[in-house]
Amino acid sequence: MSKYYVNKFLFTVDRDPDLLRRYKDDPRSLVASWEQSIGPKLNDAEISTVNFLTDAEREALIKHDYVTLFEMGAHFFLSLTIFIAIYDEDYMTKNGPLSFQREFAEKLQHWTGKDYPSVALWQAAAR
Amino acid sequence: MATLAAVLATTHHPFYLKATTAPPEQQMPQAPEWKRKIEAYRETLTRAKPDILVMVGADHFHQFFLDNYPTFLIGKAPRYDATFYNEEREFGIPKYVLEGHEELSNFMHQGLMDRGFDFAFSHELKLDHSIICPIITTRPDADLPVVPIYTNIFVPPLPSPKRFWDLGRAIREIIDEYPSDQRIAAVGSGHLSLELGGPRQFKETGPDPVFDRKAIEWLSTGNIDAILENVTHDSMTKSGNATHGFMDLILMLGIAGPIPTAYHDNLDLFHTMEAYFTWYPEGAAA
Repeated sequence: MSKYYVNKFLFTVDRDPDLLRRYKDDPRSLVASWEQSIGPKLNDAEISTVNFLTDAEREALIKHDYVTLFEMGAHFFLSLTIFIAIYDEDYMTKNGPLSFQREFAEKLQHWTGKDYPSVALWQAAAR
Repeated sequence: MATLAAVLATTHHPFYLKATTAPPEQQMPQAPEWKRKIEAYRETLTRAKPDILVMVGADHFHQFFLDNYPTFLIGKAPRYDATFYNEEREFGIPKYVLEGHEELSNFMHQGLMDRGFDFAFSHELKLDHSIICPIITTRPDADLPVVPIYTNIFVPPLPSPKRFWDLGRAIREIIDEYPSDQRIAAVGSGHLSLELGGPRQFKETGPDPVFDRKAIEWLSTGNIDAILENVTHDSMTKSGNATHGFMDLILMLGIAGPIPTAYHDNLDLFHTMEAYFTWYPEGAAA
């Protein structure tokens, strides 16, 4: 699993209006082209060969599945920001301000009072 | 030597500008009170008559990412753009350009190195809302040169609360030694208890109102001993997954020293406790 690469996806897509629109409209296609041509970029000239998404990570990103992403330890700020960008306006129109953010919290209620999955990139293997 | 004119530690609610400039019929009920409190707080900086601002904040994955994330970083540029596309989009914060102060940046950087803080540095730094929100609330004309300092309160492993305090103490010594007759104010932003992207986000109060009350008491009385006895990375995690921004408020107390505030105020908003602290370490402003 690559928490780093999941975070890189969220980071690079959230900061680019065109990628963000494609992630909203057709997530499967955007995730595929991201893995092909955007994820591997170290900078405009260099390609990095060391990272990959697992099947589970790819599916979570395709499904906008922020619960699974939370449970994988994706960074909370990246995850919240990108899904607000995708859903907030539609939810606001239908159900009023903060309705998306509250649904997001509601879907994570089973973590209340527990230790959340860490956003740290390195963790000792669970014993 | 330079005068430390004021030290301000503030929460940085990114929706302040949007909430208080929307047409009145669309404003949240607390907007007028919020605006009054911010304007009163702003006056605590204005009356200190600063010439330069040392600004403390934390990049929220705007310029910096996990391929190269600085623990402590100082800006050394002649000027700074501010506000990223995704901040304009989400928070409605406008773009700014702030003048830098290369001479104080260089003096500060060398002084930090001399004191064992080997800072990363940037000569092309775009500032995010952790710095521009306090500009909007405390110096909306954005007319003073700034020296930006970024800390990592965001991606483990984080420096300890004690390290933030010690860094604040070092910054204070450097300001005191700066050979200039200018008046320097330090303005830093962070959080009390805060949850983002987790089950306790966007509730009626912040995720840990008990911590919030204690934190306000500790900061306003300058009680660093209580902070260092009670606040750890784990305790902050228990108070809310993004509570570690509190360490930037500890840093600001470090600049002020263990003294009571000259002014503090707070406002219980719908999902955070907003809080505003001002110290005049060299006596009340003229």
